Amino acid sequence: MSDTTRMTATAIAAAVRGGELSAREVASSALNLIAQHEGELHCFNVVTSEVALAQADAVDEKIARGEDPGPLAGVPIALKDNLCTRGVATTCSSKILEGWLPPYDATVVTRLIEAGAVSVGKSNLDEFAMGSSTENSAFGASKNPWDTSRVPGGSSGGSAAAVAAGFVPIALGSDTGGSIRQPAAFCGTVGMKPTYGLVSRYGLIAFASSLDQIGPFSTTVTDAALLLEAICGHDDRDSTSLRDTPTSFVGPLAEGIAGLRVGVITDFLSDADPLIVTAVRDAAGALASAGATVDEVAIPELMSGLAAYYLIAPAEASSNLSRYDGVRYGLRVDGPDVAKMNAETRAAGFGPEVKRRIMLGTYVLSAGYYDAYYAQAQRVRTMVANAFNRAYERFDVLLGPTTPSVAFQFGAKIDDPLAMYLSDLYTIPSNLAGHPAISVPFTLGEAGMPVGVQVFAPALGEQAMFRVAKAVEDAQQAGCRGPVELSAGASR
Amino acid sequence: MSEIVPGWELTVGLEVHCELQTKTKLFCSCANTFGSVANTNICPVCLGLPGSLPVLNEQAVEYAMRIGLALNCHVEPSIFHRKNYFYPDMPKDYQVSQYDEPINRDGSIELPSGTTVGIERAHLEEDTGKTSHMGGGGRIHDADYSLVDYNRAGVPLVEIVSRPEITSPEDARAYLNELRSILVATGASDGRMEEGSLRVDANVSVRRVGTTELGTRCEVKNMNSLRSLGRAIEYEAARQVELLEAGGRVVQETRHWNESTGSTSSLRSKEEAFDYRYFPEPDLVTIAPSSSWIEQVRGALPPMPGDRRRELTAAMAKSNPDLDASSYQDQIVTVVDLALDGLVVGAIAHGADGRLALARGANEAAARPDEARALSVEAFVELLGLETSGKISATQSKAVLTEMLDGHGAPSEIIKKLGYEGVDADALGVIVDAVIAANPNEWLRFVEGDERVAQFLLGQVMRETKGQANGKLVAEAFGVRKSR
Repeated sequence: MSDTTRMTATAIAAAVRGGELSAREVASSALNLIAQHEGELHCFNVVTSEVALAQADAVDEKIARGEDPGPLAGVPIALKDNLCTRGVATTCSSKILEGWLPPYDATVVTRLIEAGAVSVGKSNLDEFAMGSSTENSAFGASKNPWDTSRVPGGSSGGSAAAVAAGFVPIALGSDTGGSIRQPAAFCGTVGMKPTYGLVSRYGLIAFASSLDQIGPFSTTVTDAALLLEAICGHDDRDSTSLRDTPTSFVGPLAEGIAGLRVGVITDFLSDADPLIVTAVRDAAGALASAGATVDEVAIPELMSGLAAYYLIAPAEASSNLSRYDGVRYGLRVDGPDVAKMNAETRAAGFGPEVKRRIMLGTYVLSAGYYDAYYAQAQRVRTMVANAFNRAYERFDVLLGPTTPSVAFQFGAKIDDPLAMYLSDLYTIPSNLAGHPAISVPFTLGEAGMPVGVQVFAPALGEQAMFRVAKAVEDAQQAGCRGPVELSAGASR
Repeated sequence: MSEIVPGWELTVGLEVHCELQTKTKLFCSCANTFGSVANTNICPVCLGLPGSLPVLNEQAVEYAMRIGLALNCHVEPSIFHRKNYFYPDMPKDYQVSQYDEPINRDGSIELPSGTTVGIERAHLEEDTGKTSHMGGGGRIHDADYSLVDYNRAGVPLVEIVSRPEITSPEDARAYLNELRSILVATGASDGRMEEGSLRVDANVSVRRVGTTELGTRCEVKNMNSLRSLGRAIEYEAARQVELLEAGGRVVQETRHWNESTGSTSSLRSKEEAFDYRYFPEPDLVTIAPSSSWIEQVRGALPPMPGDRRRELTAAMAKSNPDLDASSYQDQIVTVVDLALDGLVVGAIAHGADGRLALARGANEAAARPDEARALSVEAFVELLGLETSGKISATQSKAVLTEMLDGHGAPSEIIKKLGYEGVDADALGVIVDAVIAANPNEWLRFVEGDERVAQFLLGQVMRETKGQANGKLVAEAFGVRKSR
């Protein structure tokens, strides 16, 4: 049997659709690699081998019957474990949801199955997507396949690591403040956050509803565009889902970037690691060579995003996470009365970072503090969006770093929440504005770890964003992206 | 402004929760029905399962607009907020409700007495589930365990908040009664307090006559009828007056009305009150009904109870110009409350006697309003005509109406069945003459003015006609012969 684990999604789908590979072969190949290396990397909370093989067989049967098996026919995918999967445990890497079996599939999961994708497992995350390293997972951190002493980033670290390890060519994550783009940068993969409302949130277990957005991980920009095509589009079950949006992203990649105006955000270059600053400048140079007009732009308002984010996101989270009260599902720790049962359950079920954010959010919404914190943060949010939009009067896309540093060592920041929060400094503004952004591997930086460059676009500007991202990718340093070579069967 | 205790004035504001009769719940497609087996009418959305999202029911928005427009409110662009507090029958541990940007604002209700009460707002929100406390004392603190039924969770509610402009228990009852009639008229609600589709809380305060600042209020909950609303307000006002006259202070708190003891007791103080941490619900978008939609809803509203009372009063004035309108105002209120005014006004328009039509409407028909609303105007007019012309007696007319409400056919058929066909005037004359001939002494005493013997003569005619004769006509026949 051939090893298909280093193929792109585009190549696998073409081969399966063309009858050169069976979906079962592809699934088996992925499951074999996972079986060999999952122990050392811990990308998954659960590997769903049976589900994967059944879905693969369904694709093969469709092909045998002469039916269209879909644009992702036979492509293995990892699903972040905050996406509801019918009958398959969905935990958000929290003890409070351990054992809960959702009675329904998230809209993106339904769409993936219709597109022919094969789901191999539920990938690890920081508990309830709160964190930047997966160290907040109740079930243990995932490891960065480039260097297992380093974090894969987070919160979608399991998905990023699974793609970087070659377990799957594509994965889904969710991005509330950078939870797709930051781990993508740390693991040398592509990671993209769509425009708020482009992808349905139905079935995504909420962290901060006004910021959360599901998006793709992949090894190439083309694969990310292909995956976004499969999951985007209006959903009647999500009131914030947009109508009449662009749905084609792969085709426009061929248009190139001649004439596109690219602005390099200078505010993001002052505090980043020097090698990362160099990477951004080199990427800008490559874009200019490819025909884009490149200039610098200062958007100082963006630097206020982090503070606003850490008021708005915890406020929404404190409300979203109230329902984990021990009454209906998940963990219950009994107490002498209902209030104590609620309290004991939540004390035992939530980890320290989740508790920290619930307390922070509860505080900022409290009577007497709302205006000073939550309302003020919303004004800053508007200011950030306006500042972005002013820049987009002059530029089609913006360019900057994804993270201030490369993937850090385990334990380096876990006891210093503020330092951990700062790793999302350059990703958060897009969430506040509801704009799309993508991280593309560009070079290797400190300690030989991958460095990502981020392309920003205005609302529904995904097509231009992908075109520029592709041009960045075309100029990337060899060996800066996954999948990495895993040593056969041995633990590092 | 009435003084409940000499020297003291009462101020009441009412908060009324009204369940909307939509086909489905507020944010999901579960059926909005009452009385299903526990936890069978639920889905991921109304159960608040992780990952689920609300989608607003357009019919609920329209019903809320109907209510607002019927209460003379302005319909405005509005948003939902989350009201956060932990309670087991609330699936998400927050309630999706409207806060400072409600759909309806600044309306009013005119009571039958002519008093106007301002409406501050009428906003949309979702209902909670229902908790049953099992074993122990049956209250949350002393039960052995509790069971929760989420069938009601997510049922659409409109909360109607009055201004604190009600000044007596009677007006509070009149307000609630009028509001209920309006809600029923809009078609948005069935108005049933006993099934909990209408629930009322009262904010009660007292102040010394002559002072302008409102007193400290208490919120009283758990009144299940118009009667208990009046009683609870009376009790609570008296309690506060007594407290203040003794030199005490009213503490702002929520109090529970106990129907059996007829008293209120403290539920929780202001200090124990929840901090609801309201913030805009990020899972929903702004509701901004277009002006054409608002006007379409306004145009489709049926006449409201106030308009209908005016219409019925005008019909009565035309039909019975000699009657003092104040003598039948209560009957008009009853008939309109029970939506029987269509029947009565229709009957008057078709020539029925207004006084009689209103009396039958406010009494016999009002006793069984659902059946009475199904009566045809023609059948009602026929019945009233038979009574007016003396073909049947008042007692017989009431019995026939009862049969009509049972669905036993047209008045003429019922009269035949009951043997009320009576005796026609010629035949009655023959019988009356025969009775006079057979009882000459009694007739003489009657002619001389002995009224007691009239009953005997009537009885004789009734015996001859087997009770078929109309007593009024018999009396007339004797009268005619007496004066000859």
